[in-house]
Amino acid sequence: MKNTSPLKWFASREGLYYLALALLLVVILPLALDPFRLNMVGKYLTYAFVAIGLVMCWGKAGILSLGQGVFFGLGGYCMAMFLKLEASTPEATAIQSTPGIPDFMDWNQLTELPWFWEPFHSFSFTLLAIVGVPVALAFIIGFAMFTRRVGGVYFAIITQAIAAILTILIIGQQGYTGGVNGITDLQTLMGWDIRTDEAKTILYFVCVGLLFVCLFVARFVQNRKLGRILVAMNAQENRVRFSGYDVAAFKIFVFCLAAAFAGIGGALFTLIVGFMSPSFIGIVASIEMVIFCALGGRLSILGAVYGALLVNAAKSGFSESFPELWPFAMGALFIGVVLAFPNGLAGLYQTYVMPLEDRLFKRKPKAAASAPAKPAPAARQDEGRDYDPMLDQYSPEKS
Amino acid sequence: MFDGYTTSELMSIFAMQGFAGLSLFSVFVLMALGLAIIFGQMGVINMAHGEFMILGAYTTYLVSGFFQSVLPGLFGGYFFVAIIIAFLICAALGAFIEWAMIRHLYRRPLDTLLATWGLSLIMQQTYRSIFGAREVGVELPEWMMGAIQVTDLVELPINGLFVMIIALSIALGVYLLMYRSGWGKKVRAVVQNRPMAEAVGINSAGVDRMTFALGCGIAGIAGAAFTMIGSTGPSSGQAYIVDTFLVVVFGGAQSLIGTIVSAFGISQAQSTMEFFLSGSMAKVLTLLVVVGILMLRPEGLMALKVRR
Amino acid sequence: MNAAKAQSKDFLLAVEGLTVSFDGFKAVDDLSFYLDPKEIRVIIGPNGAGKTTVLDLICGKTKATSGSIKFDGKELTRLKEHQIVHSGVGRKFQTPSVFEDLTVFENLEVSYPQGHSVMGALAFKRSAEVVAAVEDVAETIFLKDALDQPASLLSHGQKQWLEIGMLLIQKPDLLMLDEPVAGMSVAERKKTAELLRRITKDHTVLVIEHDMQFVGDIADRVTVMHQGKVLSEGSIEHVKSDPKVIEVYLGH
Repeated sequence: MKNTSPLKWFASREGLYYLALALLLVVILPLALDPFRLNMVGKYLTYAFVAIGLVMCWGKAGILSLGQGVFFGLGGYCMAMFLKLEASTPEATAIQSTPGIPDFMDWNQLTELPWFWEPFHSFSFTLLAIVGVPVALAFIIGFAMFTRRVGGVYFAIITQAIAAILTILIIGQQGYTGGVNGITDLQTLMGWDIRTDEAKTILYFVCVGLLFVCLFVARFVQNRKLGRILVAMNAQENRVRFSGYDVAAFKIFVFCLAAAFAGIGGALFTLIVGFMSPSFIGIVASIEMVIFCALGGRLSILGAVYGALLVNAAKSGFSESFPELWPFAMGALFIGVVLAFPNGLAGLYQTYVMPLEDRLFKRKPKAAASAPAKPAPAARQDEGRDYDPMLDQYSPEKS
Repeated sequence: MFDGYTTSELMSIFAMQGFAGLSLFSVFVLMALGLAIIFGQMGVINMAHGEFMILGAYTTYLVSGFFQSVLPGLFGGYFFVAIIIAFLICAALGAFIEWAMIRHLYRRPLDTLLATWGLSLIMQQTYRSIFGAREVGVELPEWMMGAIQVTDLVELPINGLFVMIIALSIALGVYLLMYRSGWGKKVRAVVQNRPMAEAVGINSAGVDRMTFALGCGIAGIAGAAFTMIGSTGPSSGQAYIVDTFLVVVFGGAQSLIGTIVSAFGISQAQSTMEFFLSGSMAKVLTLLVVVGILMLRPEGLMALKVRR
Repeated sequence: MNAAKAQSKDFLLAVEGLTVSFDGFKAVDDLSFYLDPKEIRVIIGPNGAGKTTVLDLICGKTKATSGSIKFDGKELTRLKEHQIVHSGVGRKFQTPSVFEDLTVFENLEVSYPQGHSVMGALAFKRSAEVVAAVEDVAETIFLKDALDQPASLLSHGQKQWLEIGMLLIQKPDLLMLDEPVAGMSVAERKKTAELLRRITKDHTVLVIEHDMQFVGDIADRVTVMHQGKVLSEGSIEHVKSDPKVIEVYLGH
């Protein structure tokens, strides 16, 4: 990272943006909203995890996955399986013909727990699986596709087909998965009731905390040489390859990273919403996740958070008052963001708000201009360069 | 899974399911042809292709209603009128969309995919507002009802046969247009070398618009044919889009023959398995096999080995 | 075979029986040639002779149908592109391909041969060593004063130099340049020739070029290709007076 102290970083422009987001999520929203609404915001934020992953994967590296719902869903189902098993004690399910297995299995004439449910009795296994299962699948897909140089629209279509396959499979295998209704009626996490207002508020803060962890991981990756390689790969794949980089390995890495983020988001979703169902992972859900990222600005990890919040808030708002208008709004959003604002909110912010900020705080737009002496070579870092929220990076050095 | 069937029963099952698969095959071919033209020739992913097809289906529904109430004497022939109108309406809308949206995005295929997805949402909701959320069906003209008895166990419905004939004739038409006509030569010239095509006086923007319109028009015909074998709802098109994309990619994006072969293979596999497994598992297995093969052979079945 | 192996040891690059066919069309057909260490070899030939394909084959961009490419005793045909780069082969493309969004400094830094793995790229730090190497190369490619400029602002010729610099910083043993002076002004051509002469002090260079003046300026030996095969090989004077070459270039 930059060789500045953390305190100095918080006073930098980028640091202030992070502080502003923290202020919004940790102070303003919890104070302004009742527990029900706050819980909704928590749900929106779980999508922000996916959106951050998409920024890294699509925005930076140019790999558009239309199957992020798969990873979100796998993370969510792992968590849901653990919670369901906890809720299905022999005492609680005594009226079933086979007590001790989840209710939907009983309804589907299953008489024992399927083998792949067994390990989800363990919480530590579940935590591992929430990240591990999505990453493993992403690795398999990525390895198969990227080492064969499949990318672009082909990759998008294949990932979309995988989302379709998983949805059909889950719906078709009711007895093992809960089918179209999903896994419902989740009550406690290690004995702690997750349905109370208090629990929901705590879960909200856990979600915000983990979101910032993911934000910092993403920020770390994008600011290292790895981040530059990803962007360079997007523009000049062959040059990167013939500079001695194994392009496929970098793509697999970023795809797995995005899958891990999505898995964490999915698990939190299950906790916050209290159930998991195939409708959150299919083709439509997966492609909507792309719009969260696109609206925020496909290159900005902070933008992704705002994008996820805004689109989901708008969706709830519309479906409360004019449900039939929402598809129009969503359609227009897809078209508008692509045709008119390809850099999303972050791009607009940079064009219209940042100059205002500069004037307001009398900040010189180019801090480097005031320092005519060249920095010492070894310290040729990001100091004195402008933070660019659209690219979410420091702008090229200008002398 | 073949236990408990005699050989002759199995033969009949395969024949019947094979024929049931043929109507799925017809839908795949009709939808995939339009997609293959647009994707293979222009590199554009049209996620709203299913909605164009449904536009053709609703057009047919309206035309059949019109004939029923105004020209009942000519009802037997409404389908041929509907096919032409469906083609024209879809092609006109396609040309407009190309002008308003697609042409700005030729260098950004992934963005086209997102924008046309947005378009598909808008079109679906429009259908829902106009025609309602429930599926509508058309009444078949009398000559299309009934079936041909082949053996005691096997009978072939006439409407299915008819749709398949339409699918194959359009495939033939597209082939002639792309590979035997002057216009097709222009399209292929633009695909292979845009600046050079422009230099020899081809209006490449015009060719793009016509290609996109043609692809959408074929989707309209597909929709008209679709009404003969199924009912139409606002999101009926979306149900086929992923499968059809797989058909196109699986066949090798620029090969018409490949598209038809892969449509045949996928539809047959799915419908044969459907008899022995549940419908959803048949689909899962088919899609998994296709995706698996594509992972091993990403260029599709019939792609040329080209110098890159 | 053993004798052939022992023989190829003496060459830095030994291409033997190299063939590639695209759907039956043999772009390179049973091609053999050998490069001595520190040699400057220029490949010339009419359009479609298969020159660029040869470079593609050596650097792994295209896979050979048959034949062998031995570099420093190592077989390249089975390696992946990045492994070939790591064994010491650098390749410049015909159209300059630099990272336009990055500065000249960053372009060179990304090419610095360290942190090539995913984890390495995460851990990579801009050490004094890296900065020194970058500045050293920048000096060689006449871009010392442009280090902080985004590459998108460079002239066409400067981009070509930058790409050569991106190869140099990898310290390859063999540099392959595809038409390095195409589209350059006369002054830039002169400077490029000077640059190449500097480079060849410690590198072997394989160049594709059309400009015969430039070829005469730099080449130790010239290989003339025609229809995927070697038509003639030797000094520039030798190939210029070879009747087969004259026939191919001047027509029948």
